[in-house]
Parts: sequence; structure tokens; C-alpha cells
Amino acid sequence: MSGLVARFAGRRGSFVLDAAFEAPAGAVTALFGPSGAGKTSLLRGVAGLERFEGECRLGDDIWQDATYFRPVHRRAIGYVFQEASLFPHLSVAENLRYGQRRSPVRRAIDFDAIVGLLGLAGLLERWPQHLSGGERQRVALGRALLSQPQLLLLDEPMSALDGAARAELYPYLEALGGTLALPMLLVTHDVGEVERLADRLVAVRDGKIVGSGPLNDMLVGDALGLRRERSAAAVLKGRIVGYDAADALTEVDLSGRRLLVPGQLGPPGEPVRIRVAAGDVSLAVSPPSATTIINILPAVIDAIEPITAAEALVTLRLGSETALARVTQHSVRLLGLASGQSVFAQVKGASVLTGPDRRK
Amino acid sequence: MQLEDLLPPILLTLSLAGVTMLVLIVIGVPIAWGLARWRWAGREAVATVIALPLVLPPTVLGFYLLLLLGPSGPGGALAGLWGARTLAFSFTGLVIGSVIYSMPFMVQPVRNAFEAMGARPLEVAATLRAGPWDRFFTVALPLARAGIVSGAVLSFAHTVGEFGVVLMIGGNIPGKTKVLSLAMYDYVEGLDWAAAHVLAGGMVVFSFVVIASTMLLERRLRRSVV
Repeated sequence: MSGLVARFAGRRGSFVLDAAFEAPAGAVTALFGPSGAGKTSLLRGVAGLERFEGECRLGDDIWQDATYFRPVHRRAIGYVFQEASLFPHLSVAENLRYGQRRSPVRRAIDFDAIVGLLGLAGLLERWPQHLSGGERQRVALGRALLSQPQLLLLDEPMSALDGAARAELYPYLEALGGTLALPMLLVTHDVGEVERLADRLVAVRDGKIVGSGPLNDMLVGDALGLRRERSAAAVLKGRIVGYDAADALTEVDLSGRRLLVPGQLGPPGEPVRIRVAAGDVSLAVSPPSATTIINILPAVIDAIEPITAAEALVTLRLGSETALARVTQHSVRLLGLASGQSVFAQVKGASVLTGPDRRK
Repeated sequence: MQLEDLLPPILLTLSLAGVTMLVLIVIGVPIAWGLARWRWAGREAVATVIALPLVLPPTVLGFYLLLLLGPSGPGGALAGLWGARTLAFSFTGLVIGSVIYSMPFMVQPVRNAFEAMGARPLEVAATLRAGPWDRFFTVALPLARAGIVSGAVLSFAHTVGEFGVVLMIGGNIPGKTKVLSLAMYDYVEGLDWAAAHVLAGGMVVFSFVVIASTMLLERRLRRSVV
């Protein structure tokens, strides 16, 4: 499997698009930006649904260059639209098989496996108009996958769903990455979605790419300004060590540090992603003793930057990982914090959110 | 009144309406597709020409058709190919006239159906490896079936009821071009009220059944699609 390389330039009315980006194999790349930034146009350009000047290739397979444009139906893509767009005249099973029957590749992605993975067994004989929003989107996802794509394109697949349906769809989307080695391109404007699903982030604004890189670098780095927002957080790679049934806590290894997370997360050895919100990290210069906070991680201050009159943002090195702490400028002065200093980062247990992580 | 006298015009009318409907399905659906889905200069001009029979008096349409199909028009030249003198006053001429006369009744509902479905289902089909023809037959046609059914029924029924066009280009030849509405006119002219009653009453019942069943069928098809 190989990655996607794309470059598009063009004009639609007053909107100018000029963007080059990549999506490596085996990873979820998020095209992230506000509404109207041109994310969907880029995705449609990759699919061939829209034709811009430029180039597009998947590995060695050229889909578009200066002289050639391959039509949509000859590109090995799976596309999930914002609204599920199931064929209303076909049953769920017929919808699922529509692309499978037309795929030149034979059953690399198996019908029963997809039905199992996406929990569709009970829906096969039903009609699209009798499904809930979340169910429809799962069928649309299965239908796209069964067309045996080499690249999966997801255009805000959750935006038409309510909170409950989103919560229902997340685990399925998360499971995909672990099961399939496809490159995936996810269009979203929602940081929460990026934090849970993306491995890499390509930031789009006004038709241009304003930054791209590994997820956490983009969340905590200054390329996008995300770290200055109230909801700023780092998403770190962890690995499950074990579960303590007596305390109902899961122990996670985080770059050589031990983190305890409420609840049972999975079997030992399984990778997880840990979300650490900047507002939930406090700092101490000596190891605190009497505290209800169970996660106290040794860290090194990388940088301190004032973000409001009262608050400062501290960038922390936790071994090979980077996290953020939002503290008062008053405390920075009082404790004499400076970059290069070793400190103890106290992470409030409740703030540690998890989801399965497929990043290698 | 002889019942067997009533039969030839009825059968002629039904076969004219049936053939017209089939021809219109074959040519009207692609025309509706071209009007709904393709952007081209002159699109609305073509749509207007197709809609003209809705407004023109049938006799006007019949007059021009008579010139076109007659011995000195292109229709006459065409008829010469198989040794006939004219396309007017023949069943073929009636079909051509009826196709033009009833075309808006076929094209409009089908065009509306194609426009209502939007581009999305076809885009989805394309991402699922369906080529243009495949998309047309497996997605566009099934999704437009309510429009196609109502277009077919309306064009059939409209052909059954036509009078002016068939009178102008058919010439009211018994057994050949004398359709039901013309026979009805003749009966009234000849003061054969009984026969006129049978035909008129039959038409009222027929029209009622056609319209009611189209509405029911359309509603069912739409329900299963939306």
C-alpha cells in the first residue's frame, strides 16, 4: 500500500484553491480547517468529482497530471459523504454489494468481515429509510470499504449526526485504522474528531495549506495556534501495562512514565491515545506528597509563553512526548519557573481521556 | 348503433396511444435527462419548443404537421423510400403527430424527477465504480421511476383524448385513422346519441381510472424512494 500525493490549484468564483498535501499509507490524515476553507473541494479533487489543475497520484498510480485525468469510477477510492446518501431503492445488503460487484479487485475486503466489523448483521434486509442516522453512516462506510478501495475518503462523516449517533460511530471508525492498512483522508472542522481519529493533520485555510505534520506536533506547536485556545490539549501515545481490579484503574506507559486511568481500557500491550488537556495539568517544583492527584509525571519545561494577562502556557517534555500546562503567571513568578527546569506535572485523573490508538 | 362499429376506433385509439407511449419512453427519457443534467446553450429553447403543444391550438400543430408529413414535405420524401406518397393520413403519421403532441406530458415529469434526485446519488455511484451508463440504468432510472410512470400514463391518456391533431393529419379515414374522439364527433353529427353516450361515458370512466391509479401508484413509488 502506498500513500497519496496531491497538488491542486484552481478557482471557483471568488474562491482560490492552491494546495499540496500528502496522506501516507496506514494512517489517518485529517484535512482540518473552518467551514469554507476548501477541505471538501480538495477531497473531491482527489476523488475526481471535481477537476482542478494539478496532480494526484496514489503511490505509482497516476490519477491526474498535466495531460491525464482519470474519471471517478476508475479510481480505487472509497468515499463517505456528509449525509450517508444510501441508494433508497436498494436494501442495505444491496447497497453494500453495489460497489463490491463493480470492483475489479476480488474480495480483499470481505463482505462478512465488514458486516462483522461495522455491526451490520441485523440491518442487511432493512431499507435505508428505516435506519437511524448512525446506522446509515455505518452502512455507507461499509459500502465504501467493500468497493475495495486503496484510499478511503471521509467527508465530515459525523457532521450530520447527533451526539449519541457520533458516540456510536466513533469506535467503528477507530477500529478501521487498526484493521486496514489503507491511507485515510478525513475532512473535519472539529478538533475533538481530529484528536480521536487523526494521526496526521493538514490544516487548510482559505484554499491553502497553512501547516501539516504529526497530530501532536500540530496540537501543541505554534503553527496553527490551537494550543492557545481554551480547549487546548495534547494527544499522547500510550501503551496499556495492566489493570488493577481493586482500584478499577488501568496503568498506562507514557514514554517511560506511569499513568493511571480510571476504568478498564483493554489488554496489556494495546496502544491507547491519551488526551491531556492543558487546563488539567498543574506544575510543582518538588514531588508533591499529600494530594488526591494520582498522576505526577517528571517533566522538563521547554518554553513558557504568556497567553492572557493572568495566564501562561508551559510546554513540557515528557520523555519523547510534548504536553501543555496552562498555569497562572503569578505561579510562574512565585515558583521561579524557567525553561530547561525539571518539574513535576500533575495530571488530574479525570482529565485523561482515552481511545484506542493505531499509530505505530 | 352497432357495437362492432365502435370497436375499430377504440382498438385504433388504444394501439395509437400504446405505440406513442412506447416511443415517448424511448426518446422522452433521454431528452429529459439532457434537459435536467447537462448544461448546454439552447437548453431552455429546446425545453420551450417541447412545451409548445401545451399552449398551441392542436389544429395549428396539425396544420404544420400536415405540411411536414404531406407529399411535398420531408415526410413525403421519407415515405417515398418505401413507395408511399405521404406520411399524412397514415398510422405512422398519427404516431408522429401524437408523439410531438404528447411529448411535454412525458418529458416534464421525468425531467422534474431527474432534477429532484440531484447529483449526489450519481456521484455516490461513480465513487462505487459505476460508469456513466451503469449509473444511468442502475441509479438514475430507478430513482426517477415515479416520474417515468406518471409521464407514461399521462402521455398515453393524452393521446387517447386528442382530436384536433389527428383530424388534421389523419383525415378521419374509417378503420385507418378514425380514432375514438373522431368517431364520437361523427356520431354526434349523425345524431346517434346512443353510440355517443357509450363512447363518452366510457371515456369518463377511463379517464377517472387512469388518473386515480396514477396518483396511487406514484404515491407508492415515491414513498418507497424517499
